[in-house]
Amino acid sequence: MSDQFSELRLDQVSRHFHSTAGASVAALDELTISIRRGEFVALLGPSGCGKTTALNCVAGLLPLSGGSIWLDDRRIDVLPPERRGFGMVFQNYALFPHMTVSGNVAFGLRMQGVSRAQISQRLAKVFALVQLEGHEHKLPGQLSGGQQQRVAIARAIVIEPPLLLMDEPLSNLDAKLRLEMRSEIRRIHRELGQATIYVTHDQDEALSLADRIVVLKDGAVQQIATPQQIYAEPANLHVARFMGYRNVIPLEVEAVDGDRVIVTGMKLRLHGTVKQPLKGRQVLAAIRPEEISIGQGGTNVIEGRVDNFEYCGRDALVDILMDSGLTLHARLPAGITSGQPLHFSIPPERVLVYPREDGA
Amino acid sequence: MGEGHRWLYRAWSGSLIGIVLIFVINVALMVAAVATNSVASRWLGTWLPDGYTTQWYVAAWKEFQLGDVLWVTIEVVLAVVALSILLGVPAAYALARKEFPGKRLVILLFLLPLIIPPITYGIPFATVMYRINLAGTLPGVILANLVPALPFMVLVMTPFIEQIDPNLEAAARVFGAGTVRIFWYVLAPLLLPGILAASLLVLVRTIAMFELTFLTAGPDSQTLVVALYYAVFAAGVRAPQSVDAMAIIYMVVTLVWLLLALRFVNPTQLVSRVREHPQEA
Amino acid sequence: MSATPQRLAALPRPGLGTAGLLVAPAVLLLLLLFVYPFVYGFVLSFAPIEGDWLSNYHKFFSQSRLWRTLPTTLELALPVTLINVGFAIPIALRLRRKSTYQRWLTTLLVIPMTLGTVLIAEGMLTYFGPKGWLAEVLQFLHVYDGPIRLTHNYWGVLISLIISGFPFAFLLILSYVTGIDPQLARAAATLGANPWNQFRYIYLPLLAPGLAITFCLAFVQAFSVFPSAVLVGAPSGSTHVISIAAYEAAFEDYDYPLASTVAMIMGFAQLIVVAAVLGTRRAFYRGPTAGGKG
Repeated sequence: MSDQFSELRLDQVSRHFHSTAGASVAALDELTISIRRGEFVALLGPSGCGKTTALNCVAGLLPLSGGSIWLDDRRIDVLPPERRGFGMVFQNYALFPHMTVSGNVAFGLRMQGVSRAQISQRLAKVFALVQLEGHEHKLPGQLSGGQQQRVAIARAIVIEPPLLLMDEPLSNLDAKLRLEMRSEIRRIHRELGQATIYVTHDQDEALSLADRIVVLKDGAVQQIATPQQIYAEPANLHVARFMGYRNVIPLEVEAVDGDRVIVTGMKLRLHGTVKQPLKGRQVLAAIRPEEISIGQGGTNVIEGRVDNFEYCGRDALVDILMDSGLTLHARLPAGITSGQPLHFSIPPERVLVYPREDGA
Repeated sequence: MGEGHRWLYRAWSGSLIGIVLIFVINVALMVAAVATNSVASRWLGTWLPDGYTTQWYVAAWKEFQLGDVLWVTIEVVLAVVALSILLGVPAAYALARKEFPGKRLVILLFLLPLIIPPITYGIPFATVMYRINLAGTLPGVILANLVPALPFMVLVMTPFIEQIDPNLEAAARVFGAGTVRIFWYVLAPLLLPGILAASLLVLVRTIAMFELTFLTAGPDSQTLVVALYYAVFAAGVRAPQSVDAMAIIYMVVTLVWLLLALRFVNPTQLVSRVREHPQEA
Repeated sequence: MSATPQRLAALPRPGLGTAGLLVAPAVLLLLLLFVYPFVYGFVLSFAPIEGDWLSNYHKFFSQSRLWRTLPTTLELALPVTLINVGFAIPIALRLRRKSTYQRWLTTLLVIPMTLGTVLIAEGMLTYFGPKGWLAEVLQFLHVYDGPIRLTHNYWGVLISLIISGFPFAFLLILSYVTGIDPQLARAAATLGANPWNQFRYIYLPLLAPGLAITFCLAFVQAFSVFPSAVLVGAPSGSTHVISIAAYEAAFEDYDYPLASTVAMIMGFAQLIVVAAVLGTRRAFYRGPTAGGKG
């Protein structure tokens, strides 16, 4: 169970179910992902994109409708969950309410038949690691949310699984606790070096924790890349929208040269970069609020007036109202006043152009 | 190893299903046997009767005076339901909304008649009825059946009331409604489905309530189930087919109301555990 | 200014006031119709027609026709309860997910439970009788050739109590089983627990309190068996249960004090068993059955 492995592979994994209307819905659509030893992979996407379903399939809690899952050269999707040896942290922790903290954490070791002496040793180590010393004899109901979270993590890692599965473990915590626990998880991963699959809908979590991110939508992979790549070079419009490219402008192509393009419309003429093969002349340009700056230098200059100013301490979230009626969202220094007419510029590499699908 | 376990699990599942099937099939056949016999002209040890007739229903009606018995049953059941609503709904409201000294004792008082089986308190109850000359009368039977019906009504209504957001009443008061109007415009309409469901449950339970009526009824205050008992008891004297005809009549009367009740209520609530559980896939 | 005190007075005040008014009629009725007869019966049991205050109890425990009802009733009630609860547990666990099977089975099982023991008794006489369908089928399949004796004896009452009691135990245990968070068993599975271990370490300890309550309620129901013991049993012989003894004392001998005595002893016997079972319940967990956030 504590063997290291080289690679976990999901091969064309599909899962269908029948909706109430009788139609067959794909929760997972031929998912193909591979995870290397020690890697921290985040499954990122909105609710219903299939990330939790994928995790449950890897854990063995849901059967596959198609495809297979391999651990090196062993096929594991035919094994029941108790034979796979993965550790899992559930969204609502699923701590056994009738066992103490020690009982909960030791459960996996008991199932493995580890000796009593060994169990106490390993418990002591893991309690030190997650900083839960002193709470061993409490019941889960007596713990705070953050403490229950640590117990859930301790329970999963004490069995030294080759792979750790985490299902939105931070979503039930308040904001401050979430940040704290995020660092904890990062620290634990650095110390133990376990391969981890981490499901979340929060892009900040994914960016800060993962070695690689898998963005999912409707059961299908949208992009698999490092956090830096996903942040700067989203593969399609869905990923872009999800990663905070709040400005999506429908425009038309005026001229194309390789991956450079000029797009016009709405009284704008922008130089941009093509991110996905274009189909026809209708496109959508995606721009990050952070990448709009004040000034008249550069290739793309636009004029507009500041409206709807939201103070954020260090900077401000601002709406830029333009003559054409278009509103752009920007992050500007906090000293801006509302109503101010200004010039703004955006670098052409940061105007990402995608094809416009019908109904996009 | 995995294959062996899977076979074991299948065998286990299979035997459970088998047991359930045996139970359900035998009970169904039992009911079918009674139904068949009730329309049989003669049936002695063969698979099916020699012939069919409806004469037994007519005979049973006359022999067991089913017209009068049904009338008594209706009177008892309606009175019990009405009284339990009248006394039980306010009590349920108090238990659901208010705190008061002795609340736990009151709850215990309401639970006891449901936990202690009817015959245990029926004998002392009947004794008292005889001493005050209420035994054998219709009011006596009604009072006897009220003892388990009233707590049941309270127990079923309390969760219904708890589910009504207390903020609704507070909101109504903030907007100027007095107590009577709050009851009429806010509470009563929301309570009605609960009262309907609870009444149907009380109705079904009272029709089927045997021991209490048996111990307190006289010859002209018997309900249907008690009359059926006497008919079965004296089965040697009467023709078995007419007894079965009466049994079918009893069954139809009960089932009609039961199936009606099940449209509004979860079967588990008949055992008066009214908890809503979060059920996940 | 003067409007303010009136406003405050119009707000509902906590205390016995309104709550008391709402609860009083029901409480009063139950005190009169339930508590009082019990107390009356209790007192009456110490006031026999002849002899000193304990002579009814003495009579009960010295006449074999009377005290034998206790073991007779126990011989029926204990096995029946063990069978009903014992089968209900695995079947309820198997059906813990909301499915069509679960819905159908609960609806079907409600029917014999609601129809009651009198109808079941009549049905048994017709179906389980020596000339009934069951006997015919068994003979036809050559499983058993002799006459079957499943009515007018111990077995008849046993079967009838199972038919009316199993649905009750099943529905009650099902409601407890569905109250256990299914994620707990899944978590146990990921930690290496096979289905048996999931039952042993997760479901059983969490069910134990509910099982104890179900056992008590089912036992008490079975112990008070009455019409079945008369109609499909041998009321003067092997199924002369304690409720029959109480009935005979009251309605055949018109000895109300003795009847009260028997009823008191019956209640007390039930109380002992219930107390014993609930006593062992204290050894188990009694808290919430979901492992969620605090």
